[in-house]
Amino acid sequence: MAQEAQLSPETVLEEMKKNGVTHVVWLPDSETNWLYLLMQAEPSLHLVAVSRESMAFSTAAGLSVGGKTPIILIQNTGLMESGDSLRGWALGLNIPVVLMIGYRGWTRHGVTQDTAATYTERFLNAFGINYYLVESNADASRISVAFAEAKKTKRPVAVLVGDEYHGFNR
Amino acid sequence: MFRTADMLEIFQQYRGDAIVIPGRGGRHWVHLSTCPQRDVPLGDPAMGGHASFALGLALAQPDKKVILFDSEGDLLMNLGALPTIAEQAPPNFYHFLLDNECYATTGGQPVPNAKNVAYDVMARGAGYPRAFAFEHLEDFAAHLQAILDQPGPVLVAMKVTPEVENNPIGQRPRWQTRTREQVVRDLQAELGLSAAHG
Repeated sequence: MAQEAQLSPETVLEEMKKNGVTHVVWLPDSETNWLYLLMQAEPSLHLVAVSRESMAFSTAAGLSVGGKTPIILIQNTGLMESGDSLRGWALGLNIPVVLMIGYRGWTRHGVTQDTAATYTERFLNAFGINYYLVESNADASRISVAFAEAKKTKRPVAVLVGDEYHGFNR
Repeated sequence: MFRTADMLEIFQQYRGDAIVIPGRGGRHWVHLSTCPQRDVPLGDPAMGGHASFALGLALAQPDKKVILFDSEGDLLMNLGALPTIAEQAPPNFYHFLLDNECYATTGGQPVPNAKNVAYDVMARGAGYPRAFAFEHLEDFAAHLQAILDQPGPVLVAMKVTPEVENNPIGQRPRWQTRTREQVVRDLQAELGLSAAHG
């Protein structure tokens, strides 16, 4: 795959900074290490590592109620683990937060073999969470669209990262 | 064991201008608080998560004391919050835990290993610099000022009398005087954040 067709972690970081993210509430997955190193080096970001994704939603709710701008960075598997927390803390308290979701198992071509991908969009649809697919740097502006929509609707909005096996992990 | 209402009555004298998340103590705190605009009575937004919510609020408002009255059933569902709180180490976070050894709102069934869990030890093991456990109200009252005078994070586990509810949820009297939306709006107005969240 050509380099320009990938989603670079630098681009994702720029989108976070452009949208005033103050805190990244996250649980690492195998593909986000390079992004982690960049975030760690970025002085405007405060990283809050959780040990189960459901706690990302309650933590982000507290940050948002307290006037900060968190982003939640988790994998689709963890998203599905977090249903009740998403319902109660994020939707229930009208939290305008962007969920950046590693779309494990996603494939544009062929048959999806991984049930993590099979259920991801169904899960989001069940909760009425709007989402945007981001596969490469050319799609990165959708991240800003998600931030604007979250702020306007006072709801979580998801960004599905469909390039998890390339730019995020060098 | 002591009564949550009695404990909160004592705590109220030391509250100062702290933000208070009353958790399961909300039904009593709503009658005791003299600063409701800094109270965050959310009831039961989800199955667990109060500790993480309070952590987020403490990180967002580092100049304000954030005091949480968590419950052991809530914490057990999210025990992984403890190392995250310890790692973030917000000095303004005071984590009180109401341990009634049961799920009082579902009829009083015991939580796992109800009588033998040492939450103060768990907190210390997770990295909290300070943790306490109280079974007697007099001891709690004698130590409270000193606990609040020191920086957090600190966990204060308290054995409290269960207030078991058996009525169907729809027949239980509502103690909340404000909706969650209103609670958030009031707090943000108090903190000068109205425009941020709305």
